[in-house]
Order: sequence, then structure tokens, then C-alpha cells
Amino acid sequence: MIVPRDFDEAGQHGGAGGRSSANGSREPKPSDEHQASNATDSRPSGTDLLDSKDRARGRVSYVDDVRLPDLLHAKFLRSPYAHARIVSIDTSAAAAISGVKAIITGKDTPRRYGVLPVGHDETALATDKVRYLGQEVAAVAATSPRVATAAIRAIRVEYEELPAYFTICEAREANEHWIHADRPRNIEKEYHHVFGDPDAAFRSAVVIVEDEFKHPRVTHAALEPHGTVAVHEPGERYTLWTSTQTPRHVQQGVARALEVEESAVRVIPCAVGGAFGGKSETFPADVAAAILAQRSGRPVRFSLSREEVFLLHRGRPESEIRMRVGLTREGKIAAVACESHQDGGAFCSYGVVTILYSGALLCALYDVQHMRFDGYRILTNKPACGPMRGHGTIGARHAFEVLLDRAAAALGLDPIDVRRRNFLQENSRTVNDLRVTSYGFPECVEKVEAASKWKEKHGRLPSGRGVGFGASHYVSGASNSIIRGTFPHSTVSLQTERSGELTLLTGASEIGQGSDTVLAIIVSSVLGLEPSDIRVVSGDTALTPNDLGSYSSRVTFMTGNAALEAAEKLRDKIRARVARRVGVAATQLVLRDRRVCVEDDPQRGMGFVDSLKLLVEEENSLTTTGSYRPPPAAQGGKFPGAGVGPGVSYSYSAQVVEIEVNRETGEIKVLQVWAAHDCGKALNEVAVRGQVEGSIWMGVGQALCEEQRFSRQGLLFNPGLLEYKVPTTLDTPPIDVFLVESADPEGPFGAKEAGEGSLGAVLPALTNAVYDAVGVWIPDLPLTPERVLAAIRRKESGEAVAAETDSEATSILSDAIKTVN
Amino acid sequence: MNGKELLSFRINGDPQQVAVRPEQTLLEVVRDGLGLTGTKRGCDDASCGACTVLVDGEPVFSCVQLALLTDGAAITTIEGAAGDPQLSGVQDSLVMTGGLQCGYCTPGMVLTTHALLSRDPSPDDQTIRTGLSGNLCRCTGYLRIVEAVRQAAPLHAARRE
Repeated sequence: MIVPRDFDEAGQHGGAGGRSSANGSREPKPSDEHQASNATDSRPSGTDLLDSKDRARGRVSYVDDVRLPDLLHAKFLRSPYAHARIVSIDTSAAAAISGVKAIITGKDTPRRYGVLPVGHDETALATDKVRYLGQEVAAVAATSPRVATAAIRAIRVEYEELPAYFTICEAREANEHWIHADRPRNIEKEYHHVFGDPDAAFRSAVVIVEDEFKHPRVTHAALEPHGTVAVHEPGERYTLWTSTQTPRHVQQGVARALEVEESAVRVIPCAVGGAFGGKSETFPADVAAAILAQRSGRPVRFSLSREEVFLLHRGRPESEIRMRVGLTREGKIAAVACESHQDGGAFCSYGVVTILYSGALLCALYDVQHMRFDGYRILTNKPACGPMRGHGTIGARHAFEVLLDRAAAALGLDPIDVRRRNFLQENSRTVNDLRVTSYGFPECVEKVEAASKWKEKHGRLPSGRGVGFGASHYVSGASNSIIRGTFPHSTVSLQTERSGELTLLTGASEIGQGSDTVLAIIVSSVLGLEPSDIRVVSGDTALTPNDLGSYSSRVTFMTGNAALEAAEKLRDKIRARVARRVGVAATQLVLRDRRVCVEDDPQRGMGFVDSLKLLVEEENSLTTTGSYRPPPAAQGGKFPGAGVGPGVSYSYSAQVVEIEVNRETGEIKVLQVWAAHDCGKALNEVAVRGQVEGSIWMGVGQALCEEQRFSRQGLLFNPGLLEYKVPTTLDTPPIDVFLVESADPEGPFGAKEAGEGSLGAVLPALTNAVYDAVGVWIPDLPLTPERVLAAIRRKESGEAVAAETDSEATSILSDAIKTVN
Repeated sequence: MNGKELLSFRINGDPQQVAVRPEQTLLEVVRDGLGLTGTKRGCDDASCGACTVLVDGEPVFSCVQLALLTDGAAITTIEGAAGDPQLSGVQDSLVMTGGLQCGYCTPGMVLTTHALLSRDPSPDDQTIRTGLSGNLCRCTGYLRIVEAVRQAAPLHAARRE
């Protein structure tokens, strides 16, 4: 249930400035000890997610639940080789099978597409060659899944194998047969950034720590597999139902691949069964379904199997990071140097963004004035990587936070104290031109330091037990869009007609995170309604105004601001019209409790629905529209690659974990996580806490057990949920979440992101806790029992406790950093 | 019968006959044969639990259950929760505690919880965790699901016929 709240009727919604209502009947929400002291002021308050009852009842339609007459079922033929030239494809036997309605191969899908303007390197089906084991080679639409499968098996393909590259080292040393001919030595992209004077700054440091970190390839593993249903309509128009976070990206990609106007492609996002970044671009099934529908004249469905979802991947890349951090005698960060290599798989996808994020956000959590970043995105013959919760930042943040702890230890300082000496200021700019507005990080640190009893525990627990600190942050909406243009990033319409029903139209898709709900909360707060009074229609590209979609943690901030503007416009129209009817000045009217009434004489006025009916008397319908565009000041600097990293605001997270390490087995048991997240303002508290808990839980999985592994032929060893271990109910630690509300000056009611920023902190917190528990620094992840035990044994046998080198791959990291200082 | 055999069972209380091929799973029959799409497909190899239904009150991964082997059984899918106060109580509890986000695992989670609470009306946390360990959720981190089950337990017991 929503509880009464007050907001400034004059339209100021800057957070802490909200005032109490005149009649004093509305009490502020009781202060929660888990919240910041400024949390007791005005806010819209939360509600159950609008459609969660229907989701719990199995009544919402995911893409697999779309039912259409005459629907055909489609399957892919996939490559058995990681890198091979396609010599010939013979589909004649498949075509002869009864029930087969259409077969397509690479010659039917010649047009390249890709989510980034600089990365149009994919076709729906392989054309000249296959680039990873599992790539789509042909597709069949048939009257049943079984017939389609039989037809797939009847297709004959002749391949000529090529040398394949599975590691960063192999790929970069290749002299020929590059995965993409226009990417010499399989380098997708490299960046070299220098801010300040890192060389001089390192010379001023009294402690320099440096290490090499290896982070595994991990995947989203959303419970709902990807799928698409496509219909071809007369006039070369297409309708796609698909499981996506970003309907507009799919619309753009499919239109490009089909060589039709974007307006010819309608994308209807179904209920999405989890995404975490893994459903934010056009996939081969989207394009192939559309072509098969056109060829067969019937609707076509792809329902990917779990194994196919693993092969589609687009998750976090395996990475090798060499990082160096210097501290001054005062414990200030003198400089940071980071050399980051990511194994991005066979296609670009979001890769250029991923590699840039791994450098850009190093500077925006602490005060870093001198920084060097060398980033390399490498192509290999493995499934393509893409964006995953905490996009690009997780590995680099892990390395940085671990090195900060090591530097603190070398200086004899408390690790949290070192962080405290390096806080940024609110309303500042970082050395790489990122704009910082609200900055609740210091309060996050205080919260977890106190709650965990850090000072009593750090360095003081019995051997085998330890605490560790970690921090992270994330953009609250990327300031620069992937779809290029000067249009607003979000637009929201509020629409009403004769019945008085109020409909909110948004292009942002609800992916289970509660985006529909938070928009309804914002609008209902302005209009004096309950969130459930508003019907939300989201995502459908034919019905909703443009919105970039549900990625980069942007919806609450950007779409929320657009919704706020639309609601304020509607409120003003209502007040003006009702004022004329009632015979008072518009400024005397307030909207609350589903009424429009005189503030100090609530009997004078009318019901909200009646006010809408009054408004539409003349024109039969009414729409107000609000838009959001990031301010130019938040869009970053002018150097190459400066477009990635700038956010309109940033969330912050600080975490402490307490663990127990079994010295005999190397197993880690996470006893407790304390997490504080600066979300600006929690507009829907249960949902915000759920996002923070879910992020931390996902981070724990990546820190302790998740890892994709490949054979020497490029075969994914663990393409299933039995083999790719995600934590179960039995592996979930207790998590205490503290919400810090820094009241962002530009966020709607002060709100900013909550869905990604907390993931990154828990990984370094765990690595740091292992050191506190058993005295070993383990730079690599995941912290498997084998890895931990090996480190303990090395320490016990007196060997140097150094970076573990259990990987076959030899690092090819250059000497760039070593020459510093 | 085109290689099909007749399967007779009760589904959410109603007797039902459906012609199925021997290799068809209960998941296929429920979703595609009967149109009960509340049961979700997540893995097809008994590793995620999204497809859980109750067969004679016991939770079963319908994606690996041959349909014909359920002949004569009483099947409960999530659609059967509509008329069942115990099942709807579990659903309400999940909604209120924030025990679901995307909802894809939720039908399976609800049915597994129902079976768990039918066996043990006041389970401790470890029993809840063990009981739900075959049902994956990738959104919540499970804490709120465990809390929802804890809160649902007394009502579930009270509504026992």
C-alpha cells in the first residue's frame, strides 16, 4: 500500500526540500534505523510491483507463452567448429521432409548489424565462415519442433577448418586468419588514456602495489531462455514479440538486417523473465524469425534451449588486468595504472563499451588525480560477450579495491581509513571529466563500518575467520545513447479519454525490476493517486514514445524524470480547468487522495476521474508528454572513448563481509554481508532492497563459484544450470541492506539507480576477507576451494604468496606499466 | 492415434483426457496440449525447477516427467492455485515480501513451497532452504523467498482442510 506523502505542490522535487502538508494530517514515514537520517522527509512511497500478483499466478505472457494461429516452430543448425570456412551447404534433404516450410542459410542473411554503430560485424546466420563453436549456420521453420529438429539434422554442411584462437594471448599473437579480416591481430579496439601525470605521481608515492588479476567469463543465466515470435505482414512490415530489455535496439537491428525502414518493424516486448544485461540487443533469432515468417507466410517462433542461451552468452568477458596503485605517506591515492585485456569472444556486441567502462569508472569512486589506462578488447573464437550487470566495471573494481587493501596494509593503515582519506566531493568533476553530483559514499562507508563492528573484527578475529571491505558504484543512466541522434533519451506520455482512465505510455521495458511500478509511483505521487490507479503500457514500439530501454540502470532516473514532467503538466492542466469550474485560483488547488480540491477547504473540488472527464470534454482525449535529456555537462570530455563512463549521476555502495575459511578444504562460508547503497531516494523501498540483495547475491556467485570453461576445441564445458553453478537457497548468505539517501539534485524526488551498483563491491570484499582470515592474497576469481587451498598450502610451505598461475595462458601484458617509475 | 496414446488424469481438479506421444513430457502436455502456460520452461533438464508441478501432491520437474507415466494421477499446476486458499496464501506472501521480481521461477516456487508446507507446517529456515534448493531464482538472492515461506507457514497450516 502507498502511504500518504507530501511533495512540493509548486513542482519542486529536489529531494530534501520537500515540505509538509498544510493540514498536518500526513505524518512522515517513521525513520527506519537502516536509513540515512535525511530519509524521513518527503518521498513517494512504495508498493508491490504492479503486476507481481499476476506473475505469481502464472498469468503474464512471456514470449514462450505467445500463442498465434498457424505458428511455425524454428530451430538453428549450429557450427561444430570454432573457426572454419563454410565450403557448401546442402539443404535439399531437409527441404524434402514433410512439414518443413522454410529453410534459410547465410546467403539469405547477408546484411551486417550490431548494437554499436562501430560494431556492425554480425549476420543472423554465418555467411563466409563460422567464428565460434555453436554459431548459427542455418535455420528451419516447420510445423512442429520435432520436424524442425529432424530437418536441421538433415542439412549437410562442408567446412574447412581454420586455426582458432581461444585465449587473449593466442588471439593477439595470430599472424593470419584473423577472426574478422578488418581486425588485425584480433584486436577489436584499444584505448590509451592518461589523465594528470601518473609517472610523476607514482614517484611521489611511498607505497606502490601491483598485481595481475584474472577474472572468469560469467553469464547472466536469467531463468527465462531467449525467444522470439515474428509475423510478416503485407507491405513488408514485421511484428516481433521478443524477450528484450531494449525494444528500440531490436527494432533498429532487425530493420538494418532486413534492409527495411525502422518504422516497418514493430517490437512488442513480452514479460521478461530476467535479463541482467543479457537481453539488450538484436539476436540471430530475431532476424531469422522475421525472414522465415516472410518466406513461409506464417508466424514463426524460436524458443532457445538452455544450452543455446549459454552459446548466445553476451555475458561478462574473461579478463586479465594488471593494475598498480600508489599511496602517498598520508594514505592518499597518488596514481593508478591499469592495463585491461578482455576476451570478448567472436563479435563486438557491446565490447567497446565494456572495455571503456573498465577504465572510466576507476576514477569516479575515489579522488584519483593521476591515472593511466590501457584497454584492449580482444576477439577470440568463443561466444560473444556483452553487457552484464555492473557492465565493464566489476573486474577493474575488484583489482582496485584489493590493491587499496594491500597498500593500506603496507602503510599500516586501516583499509577503511584509507578509503576515507580519498573521498570525492559532491558536485565535482573527476580527472577524466565525469560529473559527480550527489555522493552518499561516505555515509555508506560509515554505515557498514559501524554495523559490522569493523574495528572490533578486522585483524582481530581468530584464524580462519575474517572480515573484508569492498566498494563499488555505477552510472545511474549512461549520459550518451547507443542509438545515435539528438532526440531525448526518454519520453513518457500520460493519456486519458472519455472514460477517465489514465494510461502511462513508456518505451522502457519492464524486466521484473519494477520499472513500470516506479513510474506509476512517480506519477501517482504528483497526481494524488495510488500507483494501481494508473495503467502502464510499456515497451511496444508502435504504441509508446521513444525510450532507449532498460539498460545502464537508467529507467528510474531518466524515464522517471520524463514521467514526472508529464505528470506535472497534467496536474497543471487539471488545476487550471478545475479552478475555472470551482471558481478559485489554480494555485489554491491540490491533488490528493484521488481528489482535486482547495487546499484548506477540501470539500470544495471534485474527484480526480471527474476532473479528467471534464478536461477531455472538448477534445475527447488528452495527452501530456514529458521528456528527459541528459544535461550537456554530464556528457563527458572530448578525448577518444570519452563517451563511455559519463552518467547523469552515480550510485555508491560500500560493503563488509564476514567469512569463515576452512583450512582443510579451502571452502569459504560467507557468514554475513553488510551492504549500504546510496540510491538517492528509495521510491519503492522493497523493490530497491530487492535489487541490492539480488546484485550482491549475484556477485557472491561470481566471486565464489561461477565460471565458464572451454575445451581446447572451443567447446563450452558447462552449458547448463547443472554444470554452471549459480548459488542456490543453500548458498545465500544473510545480507543486511542499509539504504543511504543522498537526494540527488536531478533525480526524480532525488532518486538514482539501485539495480547494478552493489554487485561489484562484494567480490573484492571477499578477496580482502580471505586475507584477513588466512593471510593470503588471491588475485584471481572465482575463489574456488582448490584455489584457496592451494594458496594456503603455498603460504604454509613457505613459498612466496604471489599471484597464482594455474592458467595455461601466459600473460602477454605489455611492459607499459612496468616502465612507470 | 498417430502413434499417440490416451492419457487420463485430473488436472487442477478436473478430469482430462489427452492424446500424447510416448516421448512427450508432462511440461509439453500441460503447456502446449492443455494451454496452461503458467508452468515455465527454463532448462529442459531438471536443473532449474521453473517447470515444477504437483503430481499427487509431490513436486515434480515436469520437463523430465514422461507424461504417460502420470496416467491416473492428480496434477496441480499454478493455474490450480486460483481456487486453493493454501496456494494463494503462498502467492500473496511472495508478493508482499518482495519474493519475486521477474516471476519466471515463481509458479514452481509456489508449488514447491506448498508441498514443503504440507509436509512440515512450521519449517525452520534450514528446512525451507533445503526444500527450495531445487528451484533456482536469479533475481532475488532468495532471502525474501525464504522470508515469504516463513510468513506463509502459519496461514498455510490454518487453511489446511
